Amino acid sequence: MRPITIVRQFGEMLLAIGIAPLFTGWIAQCRAWMQNRTAPPLRQQYRMLRKLFQKDAVLANDASVLFRTTPYILFGTMVLAAGIIPSLATDLPFARAADAIALIGLFATARVFLSLAAMDVGTAFGTMGARREMMVGFLAEPALLMVLFNAFLLFGSTALPTLVDNSSRHRSIIDPSVVFAAIAFTMVLLAENARLPIDNPSTHLELTMIHEAMLLEYSARHLALVEWASSLKLFNYACIGFALFIPWGIATAGQDSAGAVFLAIGALLLKLIFAGAALALIETFSAKLRIFRAPEYLAMAFLLAVLGLLVHLLLGAR
Amino acid sequence: MIFSGTTGIFPAAAGLLSGLAAHQLSGLLILLAAWGVLGLAGLLQPRGRMVARLLFPAGAVVCLGVAALAAIFLVRGAAAQVLVLPFGLPDLPFHLRLDALSAFFLLLLGVAGAGISTFSAGYFRPGDGSSPGLMCLEYHIFLGSMAMVILADDAYLFMVAWETMALSSYFLVVTQHRLPEIRRAGFLYILMAHVGALCILLSFGVLQGGSWRFTFDAMRGASLTPFWASTAFVLALLGFGAKAGMVPLHVWLPEAHPAAPSPVSAMMSGIMLKTAIYGLLRVSFDLLHARHWQWGVAMLILGLFSAMYGAIFAAVQTDMKRLLAYSSIENIGIIFTGIGLAILFDTAGLHLFAALALCAALVHSLNHALFKSLLFLTTGSVLHATSQRSLGKLGGLIRRMPWVAALALIGTLAIAGLPPLNGFVSEWLLLQSFLFTEQIPHAFVNMFVPLGAAVLALTAALAAYVMVKFYGVVFLGQHREPSLAQAHDANWLERLGLAWLAAGCVLLGVIPKLALAPAGAVTSELLGQNISPSSVWWIAPIAQDRASYGGLILFAGIVGVIGITFLLVRRLAHGRMRRAAAWDCGYPHQTARMQDTAEGFGQPIRHMFGAFFAMERELPAASDLAPRYRVRIEDRIWRTLYRPIATATQWTADRVSRLQGGSLSIYLLYSFLTLIVLLVFVL
Repeated sequence: MRPITIVRQFGEMLLAIGIAPLFTGWIAQCRAWMQNRTAPPLRQQYRMLRKLFQKDAVLANDASVLFRTTPYILFGTMVLAAGIIPSLATDLPFARAADAIALIGLFATARVFLSLAAMDVGTAFGTMGARREMMVGFLAEPALLMVLFNAFLLFGSTALPTLVDNSSRHRSIIDPSVVFAAIAFTMVLLAENARLPIDNPSTHLELTMIHEAMLLEYSARHLALVEWASSLKLFNYACIGFALFIPWGIATAGQDSAGAVFLAIGALLLKLIFAGAALALIETFSAKLRIFRAPEYLAMAFLLAVLGLLVHLLLGAR
Repeated sequence: MIFSGTTGIFPAAAGLLSGLAAHQLSGLLILLAAWGVLGLAGLLQPRGRMVARLLFPAGAVVCLGVAALAAIFLVRGAAAQVLVLPFGLPDLPFHLRLDALSAFFLLLLGVAGAGISTFSAGYFRPGDGSSPGLMCLEYHIFLGSMAMVILADDAYLFMVAWETMALSSYFLVVTQHRLPEIRRAGFLYILMAHVGALCILLSFGVLQGGSWRFTFDAMRGASLTPFWASTAFVLALLGFGAKAGMVPLHVWLPEAHPAAPSPVSAMMSGIMLKTAIYGLLRVSFDLLHARHWQWGVAMLILGLFSAMYGAIFAAVQTDMKRLLAYSSIENIGIIFTGIGLAILFDTAGLHLFAALALCAALVHSLNHALFKSLLFLTTGSVLHATSQRSLGKLGGLIRRMPWVAALALIGTLAIAGLPPLNGFVSEWLLLQSFLFTEQIPHAFVNMFVPLGAAVLALTAALAAYVMVKFYGVVFLGQHREPSLAQAHDANWLERLGLAWLAAGCVLLGVIPKLALAPAGAVTSELLGQNISPSSVWWIAPIAQDRASYGGLILFAGIVGVIGITFLLVRRLAHGRMRRAAAWDCGYPHQTARMQDTAEGFGQPIRHMFGAFFAMERELPAASDLAPRYRVRIEDRIWRTLYRPIATATQWTADRVSRLQGGSLSIYLLYSFLTLIVLLVFVL
């Protein structure tokens, strides 16, 4: 293990922590523009975090230790995931610790902890949110797994660094199955990150909320950590998507020069800008689904991923 | 060497110990006998304190001894050890054999059994059921017979041990035999056990292939036509499947597990179901050499269906032990899936992938033994503390029972298949082996099997849903009954047993090598192939660049990042905090009944998978002053499969009983007619 890889590893994690709120803010800004509203400034997310860290924490009387530790666990898993996903470079010490399937598992750990914390205080909204969150989660996971199967069939690995290395080597491969997989992945991304059309991050309407319902009892620094973790989760999902479908610019194994790293940072920022605008566009054009339409939506994502798989197998690309 | 100067007893003992360590099979037999002695000692003073203070802890030590001997055998990679005991039928003495496969399952039995026995020491006390002394006898016979099933090397001893296991566990299930519903559950259990045993017996009958030699050694060499080989396999699948809880032969499981005392449920679910897995592996791989790919497909379909079925039903249960019983069906389904996949790969000549799938199945068996025992035992503690089994009357126990709640959380996360705990490792291995199904050289099979991975992922995620429901409803939230405020935590023996199992869950998840190495010994024995050796840091079953998982790195990473975050927040932000009433969007009147009930939490599943359930619902009318809501969910298989069979059996019995008129002359006429008919045949 060379020292530069360790430096890069921690650099990547710090960068993720730093720009994840910015990415969320950018999506909010794009949405506001598209809907003819005055956009909040990009700093708004950081301001909110600062404000929350300064406030006094109020804890429900019945809240247990689990409730208080969950924000740290959420933040920790998301930061670790950011270190595993090759967003800037593929040669990372942590990257071997988890392949894409284990990453899904890591996200599931975070989800289960958040749901348990939501049930801890024992309010009506908290348990409702937990139930819905787990429902969306168990429907989204098979679809996501099929997307990964697709990637495995194309590039022979579920380890994200190897995927990126292999796909940058065979850039000529354009397989129709990728298109299906990419659409399915985007649908899962929206559902998993509590965005339209499954959940609306900017509402507290009791009948529709999922993610927000679980956070109702959190305040101050705990809430700040949970919010930060959610924006990190969105950032992580976006980076997984980049690694799977548009791995251009990521420094592959052996590219150690400063230029490659700057190129990678530039490419990442560019991709985030476009992806954020695209997500905002999708959210502007879609309406919130009824909660019991969510299975249909996610079944659709699953079917698209399976179609991709079958297209690949039938065309016999091997 | 330390002993050499002392009186002479020590060198002899040390010599005996080292001898036993060299020939582990004899050592195991002595330990089995020790269980018998401990059990009989329980009868001396059936209601005394000795049972709890001495016999169960001693039984736990014997369990550790069994695990240690099995582990020594596996580590040394020794050749199979054989022993013939002069008991049994005149021309068929008892054959015993210890090989990697049996050592692996003995290891499982020892490790899980040690935790359960320690817990039992604190759990059983004189009550209205059987006395602790009697329980102690039945318990240790149960343990011993399971070990004997695993060691048996001929069909006769196997069946004797198998039936002893079924009977001793039956008596343990009906401990509270004064309650009619428990007697009913016990009857269903013993009925299904016998149907299964019959199938296994028939399977052995086919396996001996006309040689009339019933040792496993003879069966290994018997040459069977494809038809008879498949017949033997199907019979074994039915027989062992009935014991393991494969759908549709699972009906006894959700009845018997809640009826039994919690340590017994833990033992049945954690260990006894695995003896069926052992038997299935023994017959399909060792005796029949896994010949036809169709067997693999059949097991795969049955396994996936069981997994899905179990998970869906677990999600709608309202009794915590029934919920866990259905979750066992799910996990057995996952194990079956792994075995099916292994057969499929093996028959296609892809031995490395077969080894991967089989490893996944074996490791999952071990994991399930740990976390399911742990969870069943925690339900025992909850039951003692609250005398409630219904999820609708629990809640908020994390504040009254912090120890049990913390240890149950580990089991919950492990069974939900979350990294970095052990349940994730085996599911990850299984998903990895699914990735290679594309290489199976049968058209259509290689296209549809990947969908199995999606079913598996759905099941795993559903399991997480189920476990959030279990833990959330039992331990989190507010007390649903005022009496829960008096609940007390488990005693120290119970905590020790739980902690042992929880430590196993963490350790096998963080360092998967500990489970993979023994499983590797089994795959080299059965398939002649092993997945690439793993290091302490990570596992990479096929190749490092294909996929790798580093439990220890992940664990250290999570702990490290959380620690740093915690310290930074402590340092940079102020730590002010105060308590207040829950906010809940400003709604002032919070009561415990506003939380989701178990039914409420399962509602989305009921809505989505309605086709699986036979559901009766009573909804209140809009004008009801005291609205009541009632829902009853039944297994559809009861109605479609078991009721018709029961009715047909009853009908036949009624018809046959007409022969039994009670008059002697008619009976003499029957005998006379039978004689005539036989004479016609003979002449």
